[in-house]
Amino acid sequence: MMKIINIDKQKWAGGVESLSKSYRLFGPVKDVDCHNFKELKQGEQPDLSYGNTKLSPKSVVFPPSEAMFTYSLDESNPEHHILKDVPKDYSPRAVLGMRPCDAKAVSLVRMNFDTPEYRDPYWMDAYEATTFVGLACENPCASCFCTSTGCGPYNEEGLDVLLVDNGNAYIAKALTEKGEKLLASGGFTDAGDASAVDAKKAAAEAKITAKIETDKLSEKVIMDLYDAPFWHDVAFACINCCTCTYACPTCWCFDIQDENKGCEGVRMRNWDSCMTPLFTMHGSGHNPRDKKHQRVRQRFMHKLKYFVDKYQKGIMCVGCGRCVQQCPVNLDIRTVSKTMNDYVAKS
Amino acid sequence: MDAYITKIKAISERLLKDGTVEAVIGFREGTLPTMSEPCFIKRSDDVKDLVWNANCRINLANYLTNRKEKIAIVAKGCDSRNIVNHIIENKIKRDQLFIIGVPCKGMNDKDTGALQDNCATCTHRNPVIYDELAGDLVEEQTGVDKYADVKKVEAMTTDEKWAFFNNLYASCTRCYACRNACPLCYCPTCFVDESKPQWVGKGEDPIDVRTYHFLRAYHCAGRCTDCGSCEAACPQNIKVRQLTKKLEKDCAELFGWEAGLTLDKRPPLDTFSIDDPNDFIK
Repeated sequence: MMKIINIDKQKWAGGVESLSKSYRLFGPVKDVDCHNFKELKQGEQPDLSYGNTKLSPKSVVFPPSEAMFTYSLDESNPEHHILKDVPKDYSPRAVLGMRPCDAKAVSLVRMNFDTPEYRDPYWMDAYEATTFVGLACENPCASCFCTSTGCGPYNEEGLDVLLVDNGNAYIAKALTEKGEKLLASGGFTDAGDASAVDAKKAAAEAKITAKIETDKLSEKVIMDLYDAPFWHDVAFACINCCTCTYACPTCWCFDIQDENKGCEGVRMRNWDSCMTPLFTMHGSGHNPRDKKHQRVRQRFMHKLKYFVDKYQKGIMCVGCGRCVQQCPVNLDIRTVSKTMNDYVAKS
Repeated sequence: MDAYITKIKAISERLLKDGTVEAVIGFREGTLPTMSEPCFIKRSDDVKDLVWNANCRINLANYLTNRKEKIAIVAKGCDSRNIVNHIIENKIKRDQLFIIGVPCKGMNDKDTGALQDNCATCTHRNPVIYDELAGDLVEEQTGVDKYADVKKVEAMTTDEKWAFFNNLYASCTRCYACRNACPLCYCPTCFVDESKPQWVGKGEDPIDVRTYHFLRAYHCAGRCTDCGSCEAACPQNIKVRQLTKKLEKDCAELFGWEAGLTLDKRPPLDTFSIDDPNDFIK
């Protein structure tokens, strides 16, 4: 049975302090002018008063840049040209106060990194080491549209604990064993009462008026959408930067790079973006997506059609609104989805 | 400023209908209250979608690079200066263009709603090149100190400068929005994307991040019009103009040069003059 714990806000900071003894903690902290998820320093508290973070917390399990191997090109070294694992810290870590949309995004991304055929060791080891503590959204941003993506401001998917701000206290729902363990480790043991949650949830959901239209996407023929005439118009404004893909909690693409200094090298993987021509550049020099509209089409087709058809779990978007807010030229996934959803191919 | 749009629409409709141009590059309404979206209008029926407001901050000259059609483009002061650059640098031909000049009183910052930093010190609000105006010319600002922020950095000690620039780029994710929003950055392959040789690492090493910003700025020396597209595009609100402004100031002081004002002179960094103030080149 799901455990409900009451966390008096007076006891929160002390609990975080206790947690820091058994977990590496990540939480929202304010940079210069925005919040982002960072590893908390000793004694640092997450700032749970934030609206949304500029970048999603996907970096906790999927860093923008991660060393995979080291190697030596020095042939006098008996182990030259052998890739060696980089030691990693997969001790327990916890994300405190992530938004439910970002948590659902983690479970969508897992479908890519954890399949019957392949298990991405870096992503999965980090994922399994992490306890995800969510914070329900009381005041969604104007550009949030999570309620029409199969998510919502109180969504529990992907979370181990959901915190609900209830004035002087947090109502903590332990959703998994991992979550129960974390609450116990923080010394949060007061039995709570979840009766206020349903009304608060309904109120938060009612505040979200922006929507994405996706209901007809699955019945469309892939090639009809692919060949649709609207892509040039959709893509015109796009400057092909990586703003949307880096801010997106569900974008998972990476690039592998070797970097040498003298004879010593590191093989790393870095976030990549389908918006850049380099993403699909072949060794031959041929580029199957060398035009802007092809790259823009790929991004939206992946999120709104290929993923829909492949997994039957809805769209690859949780409605966090970051790409909408941050796009320098106002390319809006909601508009594109509506265009795709409404499109009828000429027979 | 709202009065301009009637004129912009009328000119655009006329040009598309009489076949003077094949398309109009302008802005259409955005989906957020502080955004407008660059657009490409090909049918006179779609001219109604055009808007003009204080959110038309992205420099439209960026969309002209290597285009082959005859195009009308809506251009405020800075856009027009970048069109001059584009013509000088053979990225577009003058006779391909119908420039709808828009005298500008500045664009608003998308987050704060205040006048953008570059607009506050702009001294070329009126288009420098145009075929028709969408409104009466506006009074140019005089007596503004364009380089107050640069002078502050110049006055710093080396250590202070080091700390200042470390801080400035700390939140950069290298999404390259600044580069891609810049009309000057049209290289077929940017140096950061080259792999043989690989000039810059692609990870998060701060040295690589700064190398990108420093080198990109140098490539803009004598060409930057301070249109502010880079800063407007940056999702992390990094003040990327700090570097280009310094180069703009140097060009003004060393060569008496302001970019994009005339089609008749080569920019100082792509020409030689026996009056060059630097000794090493003589």
